[in-house]
Amino acid sequence: MLSKTQYLELDKRIAPKSKEGQTLWIAFLVGGAICMIGQGISDVFSLILPNADEKVIGQITSTVMIFLGALLTGIGVYDRIGKYAGGGSIIPITGFANSVVSPAMEYRSEGVVFGVMCKMFVIAGPIIVSGVTAAIGVGLIYWFIGVL
Amino acid sequence: MMNFGKQTIRFQNKPRVLSGYSIVGPKEASGPLDPYFHKRLRKDDFGQRSFEKAECKLHMSAISGAIIAAGLTPKDIDVNIGGDLLNQIITSSFSARELDIPFIGMYSACSTFGQSLALGAMLIDGGYAEKVTCSTSSHFSTAERQYRYPLELGTQMTPTSQWTVTGAGCTLLGNMGGNIFVESATIGKVIDFGISDANNMGAAMAPAAAKTVVQHLLDTGREVSYYDHIVTGDLGIYGSKLFLELLESEGIHAAGVHKDCGEMIFDKKQRCPQGGSGAGCSSVVFNSYFLHHMSAGAIKRILLVPTGALLSKLSSLQGETIPGIANAVSFEREE
Repeated sequence: MLSKTQYLELDKRIAPKSKEGQTLWIAFLVGGAICMIGQGISDVFSLILPNADEKVIGQITSTVMIFLGALLTGIGVYDRIGKYAGGGSIIPITGFANSVVSPAMEYRSEGVVFGVMCKMFVIAGPIIVSGVTAAIGVGLIYWFIGVL
Repeated sequence: MMNFGKQTIRFQNKPRVLSGYSIVGPKEASGPLDPYFHKRLRKDDFGQRSFEKAECKLHMSAISGAIIAAGLTPKDIDVNIGGDLLNQIITSSFSARELDIPFIGMYSACSTFGQSLALGAMLIDGGYAEKVTCSTSSHFSTAERQYRYPLELGTQMTPTSQWTVTGAGCTLLGNMGGNIFVESATIGKVIDFGISDANNMGAAMAPAAAKTVVQHLLDTGREVSYYDHIVTGDLGIYGSKLFLELLESEGIHAAGVHKDCGEMIFDKKQRCPQGGSGAGCSSVVFNSYFLHHMSAGAIKRILLVPTGALLSKLSSLQGETIPGIANAVSFEREE
């Protein structure tokens, strides 16, 4: 029989690969569409609140997008988009909402505290931790530059 | 030492297959094997509060179905041998809680069905039991949350991944009656060829399946052509390709007789990259399609080789490679 090394080489050679020519385009189009919706929402709020700061408009837009991501997860649509779009729907902020809401839904059978509350950040947790860590790092660099 | 070569047992008293029963979820029921299943669910929650409860009900229904199909009652069964994929095999033991039949819980991942049949046949052949149920189950939604991600998370399946079958199957073995019998069984070794991708389980299990089949043929002195079909459990399309390559490297040409339950249960339109998997996969396909054709006389001899990937989420995270196992059980039809 083939040796382990020969077998692993065979697996590497003949294993079916992702059709990147196809998946990258879908990810690009869906991801782009989500961003366009975000931009549209931002433009609408700029019209409604002409005196508002750009930062405030950004915050309102993020909130609406997070709400939409959570809503689409709740009604069972977001995972279907994700099956086709892959990274295109994971990377935008709506994907972050999906990663928080989906475990909260999944683990509700284990109760509110140990199910929903404990497991809610099981996927988003690492993103938050790395975000905070990166922010501290960048903050320290800025501070040193300021001191010098 | 086994009584028939190094790893194989030949059953002297021909333990009989008295009945088989299969129950599947809606996705499986819309696949190509639909006409053969005994019961199909319209919704995969089976009217239960959680998917774990649904799987338990599936498992119980399969056992009850097989007992009724044989014209027996639970009181007639000496031992219920069962297993599943969930931690601490809760599905099987919680089913046994309701059944009032002595219970032996089994685990060898998706190969559990082969292990259960082998042990059941041994009990009957040795005269320790007269009637034994051998059952396994799996459920897509319970397996996903245990091994992978929440259902509503928008992820993609990788090209080598397989879809866990929602379903349960049960075979009732007895010491007399029926013309299909368990002829022999080969107990597999745990084999690890170094595959570490938990989404490439076909490749992780193929070496174990190939080794068990080679050993079975060696122990029994048979050629592949002795069997109408050599049926692997859930290698999937890609795993089957590797399995046949491994056998070829031993000079065994099995492409003509090989079938894989995981490959058979879904068709390409159902978007399961490499087909089905799970402890319920081989048991629903064997108890429906194969038993049906064996009873009808279209198939006379099969070697059923359920395959299991012995990983846990923990072992994967700790960087362990995936050991595989395969147990082979030979069924023959007496004319």
